[in-house]
Amino acid sequence: MPETLRKTALNPIHRLLGAKMVDFGGWDMPVEYSGLIAEHMAVRTGVGLFDVSHMGDIQFRGPGSLDAVQHISMNDASRLQAGQAQYSAMLYPQGTFVDDVIVHKFSDHDYLFVINAGTREKDYNWVRQNARQFDCHVSDYSDYYTQLAIQGPRAQATLQKLTSVDLSAIRFYWFAWGAVCGLPNTLIARTGYSGEDGFEIYIPSDAATSERVWNEVLEAGREFDIKPCGLGARNTLRLEAALSLYGHEISDTINVFEAGLDRFCRLEKGTFIGAESLKRVQAAGGPEKKLVGLEVVERGIARDGYRVLDEQGQAMGYVASGSPAPFLKKNIALAFVPVAYAEPGKEVAVEIRNCPVKARVVPLPFYRKPKRT
Amino acid sequence: MAYPTKYRYTREHEWIDADGKTASVGITDHAQDSLGDIVFVELPKVGDKVEKGKVFGSVESVKAVSDLYAPASGTVTAVNEELTTAPEKINADAHAAWIMKIELSDPGDLEGLLTADAYEAYAKEETGH
Repeated sequence: MPETLRKTALNPIHRLLGAKMVDFGGWDMPVEYSGLIAEHMAVRTGVGLFDVSHMGDIQFRGPGSLDAVQHISMNDASRLQAGQAQYSAMLYPQGTFVDDVIVHKFSDHDYLFVINAGTREKDYNWVRQNARQFDCHVSDYSDYYTQLAIQGPRAQATLQKLTSVDLSAIRFYWFAWGAVCGLPNTLIARTGYSGEDGFEIYIPSDAATSERVWNEVLEAGREFDIKPCGLGARNTLRLEAALSLYGHEISDTINVFEAGLDRFCRLEKGTFIGAESLKRVQAAGGPEKKLVGLEVVERGIARDGYRVLDEQGQAMGYVASGSPAPFLKKNIALAFVPVAYAEPGKEVAVEIRNCPVKARVVPLPFYRKPKRT
Repeated sequence: MAYPTKYRYTREHEWIDADGKTASVGITDHAQDSLGDIVFVELPKVGDKVEKGKVFGSVESVKAVSDLYAPASGTVTAVNEELTTAPEKINADAHAAWIMKIELSDPGDLEGLLTADAYEAYAKEETGH
């Protein structure tokens, strides 16, 4: 038992709502309220509200900020305009993952990394250590923000009631500043981890403000049957959308090519931590294993860590994340397999409780949100 | 949800409802609540021998797998096929959604299982509330 679990400002609200709580990377977080499937469906068809205040926020300020960000993260932040965000990752020199991040450009001298909860301390130490040589100041603002994710096709209609900012003008992976629930200069980003349209807002982390905004969002979304959603639905939503989760699809032993995230890695932008190793992997003909999508064809649910078998029944890979997909109504998995199998249509098997169960490699993502109309 | 006083319960969260030599077996309301939305039930086969305390099947929710342990030894005489297509029946009414029926080898197996009151207290203690 950990001595003390960390709590977000909304912890009493989650308990009041009757959420089931779990220890998630040292945080006491809601796993589900009304039920995982109902919450998942709310996000796919209506709107859901998540407390994601356990995520971390690291800000870079000063004239050397861009150089530091470029050195520490794999995507090309020089392509960002003020008000734009990008998916990226921090790498170790061997080309494996410290963590994945969303980089927000506030101005030429001001960038924000939003990072994972379980890796906050590690990430912050990594950033401090590696930003030292640049003319910028690094601050950890993780505890200063309550971060709420409002996700789903009705997210915009819900949040629009609480702000004068024209949300329809914010494009996907862009952000704006404005009053939300009367709080001035609130960061409103069209980002998320659900594979659906949605927003993430960053508000002061005192309990009174956090609870007030949480309740106002629920009230605003009432006509769309908004549901508070826990980490259970967050996981199945991101899995349907094939979004990586640290410790599963990405880790300090998995490199960028293996994780299939090379489209977010700009080797041509110049030197950065991890680039040399990745160039060597590329020159050697690419990775030996790759992340693929699996659909279980026979009856059975593939779970994290299960072995993937070849035609002879020999173990050749493993499931990184596996679960029933509530919206797709299939049993799906993200798995690492040798490149020879990393092709849609390949037949494999997943060893489920000592039995080989047929599965097929399918294109990713499993789920793609409909185009906005 | 109330725990029927006629049933006996295991510490692994199964219930057994015996009537002479035959008995129905399911999982408790506490178990279904802990698991969340149940999406898959692995049933034994009619004719299988099950042994007290040993695994006879499994239930899976979206997020977890849970083994099923036989509350008593016996031979499977029926399985609830409806759960194959409608596993959510367990969430709706765990104490009605039987999983298998068995012919008991020894009705004495039920001695030592928990009464409804004892199980309820045990389940409360386990969750800490």
